[in-house]
Amino acid sequence: MVHFTGEEKTAVTNVWSKVNVEEAGGEVLGRLLVVYPWTQRFFDNFGNLSSSSAIMGNPKVKAHGKKVLTSFGDAIKNMDNLKGAFAKLSELHCDKLHVDPENFRLLGNVMVIILASHFGKEFTPDVQAAWQKLVAGVANAMAHKYH
Amino acid sequence: MSLTRAERNIIVSMWGKIAAQADAIGTETLERLFASYPQTTTYFPHFDLHPGSAHLRSHGSKVVSAVGDAVKNIDDIASALSKLGELHAYILRVDPVNFKLLAHCLLVTVASHFPADFTADAHAAWDKFLSVVSSVLTEKYR
Repeated sequence: MVHFTGEEKTAVTNVWSKVNVEEAGGEVLGRLLVVYPWTQRFFDNFGNLSSSSAIMGNPKVKAHGKKVLTSFGDAIKNMDNLKGAFAKLSELHCDKLHVDPENFRLLGNVMVIILASHFGKEFTPDVQAAWQKLVAGVANAMAHKYH
Repeated sequence: MSLTRAERNIIVSMWGKIAAQADAIGTETLERLFASYPQTTTYFPHFDLHPGSAHLRSHGSKVVSAVGDAVKNIDDIASALSKLGELHAYILRVDPVNFKLLAHCLLVTVASHFPADFTADAHAAWDKFLSVVSSVLTEKYR
């Protein structure tokens, strides 16, 4: 089980408290679809994904991004039990959505990059390290119920 | 996987800004790598890895300079990095998984220094470019 130190939890929550979940969600999901176009395979019904500006402006991408990042917020409230917190979502992504867990790792890394671009110097190597631990923990928790 | 003309233009046009802070960016990239992925320090038992150390600054500078060579020869990265590829294949033998980790940390560093330039298109171009560089460096591994 992943254990976060006090400093790591503080690094995460300090950053998170300043994140606009709605805006950031759309950015993170949008960038995933732009940078790794094969991830679009899960979103055939999202409408126009034909260019990076279409993707970044797509209302369904923004809405779904918000959902995803809101879930992340729940993770942050449950950093000591990520596997428990994500059990149901893990089952959903395996049984109904059929999403390769590799995508959770890609999304986590895109999120770290977006945070770096928003927070600049404040996103120090140590802050990044705490976030890498969190996104890896979330990705593992999301993959945990796969069978 | 090869870079489109548009992607090459993005890389080349951003490089000036990055090169102007090459040493700082190189050092920071390595600091991020070692902080987030401590297992990568196994390749540097001979280094002083304290943030800002002379070792980190000089090695960071080397790494960014090599990326710069790839940028300046973006139409033929394989030739430009041929010697470096041999070094990694026969002498250094860094496990290929680590190139992704280093690339990610370089992207984080660039995003934090140049947020306005690091658009979705720039992010895509840089990710792809570093992936090409990594392939060239591991091409002779076996």
